[in-house]
Amino acid sequence: MTAIPLRPPRRLVDLTLDGEPVRAPEDSTLLDACRAAGKDVPTLCQGDTLTPKNACRVCVVEVEGARTLAPACSRRVEQGMEVRTDTERARHSRKVVLELLASSTDLSTTPRAAEWIEEYGAEPDRFGADAARVDEEPKVDNDLYVRDYDKCILCYKCVDACGEQWQNTFAIAVAGRGFDARISTEHDAPLTDSACVYCGNCIEVCPTGALSFKTEFDMRTAGTWDESAQTETTTVCAYCGVGCNLTLHVQDNEIVKVTSPHDNPVTHGNLCIKGRFGYQHVQNHAQNRD
Amino acid sequence: MDLRFGAGKPTDAERAAVDALLGPPESAWEGADDRNDTDLRWARGGREARERRELLLPGLHALNDRVGWISEGGLDYLCRRLTVPPAEGYGVATFYAMFAVKPRPATVVHVCTDLACAARGSARVCAELERDLGPAGSAGSGAVWQPSPCLGLCERAPAALAIRAGETPQAAVVAPATAEAVADAASAPHDAPAEPPAATAVPQTGADGPCSPPATRAGTDDDAAVPDPGPDAGQRPENSAHTEPHADPCARPESSARRDTSVPLAGGNGLVLLRRIGVVDPGSLDDYRTHGGYAALRRAFTLGPAGVIREVTEAGLVGRGGAAFPTGRKWAATAQQPDHPHYLVCNADESEPGTFKDRVLMEGDPYALIEAMTIAGYATGAHRGYLYLRGEYPRALRRLRTAIDRARARGFLGEDVMGQGFAFDIEIRRGAGAYICGEETAIFNSIEGRRGEPRSKPPFPVEKGLFGKPTAVNNVETLVNVLPILIEGAQAYARTGTGTSTGTKLFCVSGTVARPGVYELPFGASLGELLELAGPPETLRAVLLGGAAGGFVRPDELDVPLTFEGTRAAGTTLGSGVVLVLDDSVDLPRVLLRIAEFFRDESCGQCVPCRVGTVRQEEALHRIKDLTGAAAAGDIALLREVGRAMRDASICGLGQTAWNAVESAIDRLGAFE
Repeated sequence: MTAIPLRPPRRLVDLTLDGEPVRAPEDSTLLDACRAAGKDVPTLCQGDTLTPKNACRVCVVEVEGARTLAPACSRRVEQGMEVRTDTERARHSRKVVLELLASSTDLSTTPRAAEWIEEYGAEPDRFGADAARVDEEPKVDNDLYVRDYDKCILCYKCVDACGEQWQNTFAIAVAGRGFDARISTEHDAPLTDSACVYCGNCIEVCPTGALSFKTEFDMRTAGTWDESAQTETTTVCAYCGVGCNLTLHVQDNEIVKVTSPHDNPVTHGNLCIKGRFGYQHVQNHAQNRD
Repeated sequence: MDLRFGAGKPTDAERAAVDALLGPPESAWEGADDRNDTDLRWARGGREARERRELLLPGLHALNDRVGWISEGGLDYLCRRLTVPPAEGYGVATFYAMFAVKPRPATVVHVCTDLACAARGSARVCAELERDLGPAGSAGSGAVWQPSPCLGLCERAPAALAIRAGETPQAAVVAPATAEAVADAASAPHDAPAEPPAATAVPQTGADGPCSPPATRAGTDDDAAVPDPGPDAGQRPENSAHTEPHADPCARPESSARRDTSVPLAGGNGLVLLRRIGVVDPGSLDDYRTHGGYAALRRAFTLGPAGVIREVTEAGLVGRGGAAFPTGRKWAATAQQPDHPHYLVCNADESEPGTFKDRVLMEGDPYALIEAMTIAGYATGAHRGYLYLRGEYPRALRRLRTAIDRARARGFLGEDVMGQGFAFDIEIRRGAGAYICGEETAIFNSIEGRRGEPRSKPPFPVEKGLFGKPTAVNNVETLVNVLPILIEGAQAYARTGTGTSTGTKLFCVSGTVARPGVYELPFGASLGELLELAGPPETLRAVLLGGAAGGFVRPDELDVPLTFEGTRAAGTTLGSGVVLVLDDSVDLPRVLLRIAEFFRDESCGQCVPCRVGTVRQEEALHRIKDLTGAAAAGDIALLREVGRAMRDASICGLGQTAWNAVESAIDRLGAFE
């Protein structure tokens, strides 16, 4: 694989975006076209390294002639398509989707959620105090990462990353149905009894913070998590010869979590347990030795 | 795929149930007990095993049918046999309402509490069951009962279905249900009185009214009672119906002169699709052929695939499942796809509350569906047809199984259909209690052994359907229409009905009418004319057209023509043909609440608007169930906003239509005013 992906030349198709003619490569999505045109369409279940499930429906746009709204993250551009991204109809659906999500799950650690809620005028409280919530306790069953499904919006990204899109471990899947659907191991067993290999690639793609490093979870609980005080250093993993990039998130001279750049042409943000969680030796301080 | 399995071991019964479906395991890689030297040297299975994933749902049925629930050991063993990750197997098992992953008694009684049954006293049955057997879901006296969405027995409402797991699983339909009859069926499903013949659900045949079923015989459809004639049995009478044709007092197949006049054949004064119901012996292929069976397939072979598609297109046939898409166009689009193989899927997952027409067709005239599927396969270039039957139809399952076996034995299915060199076979797949699996793409996922979640379109099924291959999906009633089209010709068929809605339509009339049942009328008859046939209540409050996903009409709108375009112009829908009649004793807010509960229960949970929206809709309707006017206005505004987002932004038709009926009740009936 090369740093610049080689692919056959792609034809360009013409479409209109909010009345403006634009050209986009065939097979690209409406979201690609929107972003190329500098339009900010909110997304949650879309991820740069995964095929989106288009389940969250927060990116819906209006396609001329279609009965329903279309998810920008998955709908491919077509010649002559007329797309409107900011109509009252599309904004209404985005607003209600944000309200439905925020009234049933905890979006406090979802990047940009608060900004979108304000932008679309969403009022999650209007469903009343008795509105059903997902109401899940954090699952702390291992030393490496925590699953807090109260924050889960069921975007399927962790399932896809664990399964056939990246890791091929298949430790988790969606179980149950409807509002009771949850990400689950078989028989809801603890992770330690599951097929999990602790690669942490599910944490990498989780858009809401439902999956997080144990360190992050503990620091948030203790109130000591402070992203503004953190530095990020991208380096090369020293464990084997593949050469995966690691981004070390450091607060108070301690590594608090490890991510990986998604534009790395080899790993696309994926790591193994060693790169993701095996950093303790780095900070095995002098006072802790002996 | 390197899968990790738990330590759970299957019981002997679970192992036997799975092995009966899949055959014994070939190696330890597939779950055999003893690991030998060869197993240690060569990994076997792999892709081959993974390609059998489509057997996951039948495997889950095998476990559930044998034990009554799916244990960790049983599920692990099944997953090992099919190389399915156990987490995914668990995800599939927990998707379906008829499966349990926690221990429960072998006997489960589903008591319908849906619209038609609620209108006919299901609440009383539930209250009595609660008194006698304990609350729903509690395992008292070896059986557990639970409320259920529509069981498709609306003409005999209120209905219940008892299912007992075991070596020979048993199912007994109790309809009309009383708490006593339900308790009897739960304690001894095999002794439950036989169901009345399918023809009693068709008042137009004159077989309506209560008819005492025979005391001992279960009917001629019982495959255990009727041995398979075998492949060389061409001239032998196929089953006991020929030697004792009148064993079933309700059926009166040949003797009743009254029936002969009231059930005209095609081209006569009415029944086309239902013409054989109650006339033909559903267990007999010979009888089917005597009554015109397989003439349409013969004609199809003379026309050729393109000729069949031309006839169907010219006849103007459109899908009867609710979406009204032109069948000819769907077939043509499938047939011309370069990718192979092509598949045919018959959508018999009839779960729209108030719909039971497909059940009556399948129970009363099963060979017609098999012939129609064969024609559809021939036209679209498919050599394999999947018949996805809803799990709550035990009698339809028995009869279709028998019919398929006999058709295959006689060369009407198989490698060389009717000696014409066309290979086609049909496999039945049982649903397991999920309304969403009637969605045309969810049905693919369900058959493939995945969670029955709809896929996003495009790509459309004609391009990438079942197993990613071009697929035509058709409803039972749609397919059965192909027979008269080919027999009479497109022009003659299109003379019935209106310009844009051709042919006849089956209507499932239930609720407070004198003669509930399936009615067949030419398109264009008015709702009022249909109600006259069924005997409307004296004080009509509303009619729900199209089921839970449909809309209400008022008593002063009975002149609405029953056509796709007519109902659309009137702001409602024909849907799948549900005509649920409510008199003025109805508590409308509670009907709406039941509809909302239905959608909450049946949402697959994939997309946010539907997963959370259906919950918020139910909560709002719950808050205003006793309120009117200004007190309800705030919540009605909320309902409108959520409903609009569900309609616009949901992935599939379930979420898109979940607000239809509630909206029409508010706007047309003035509910909460």
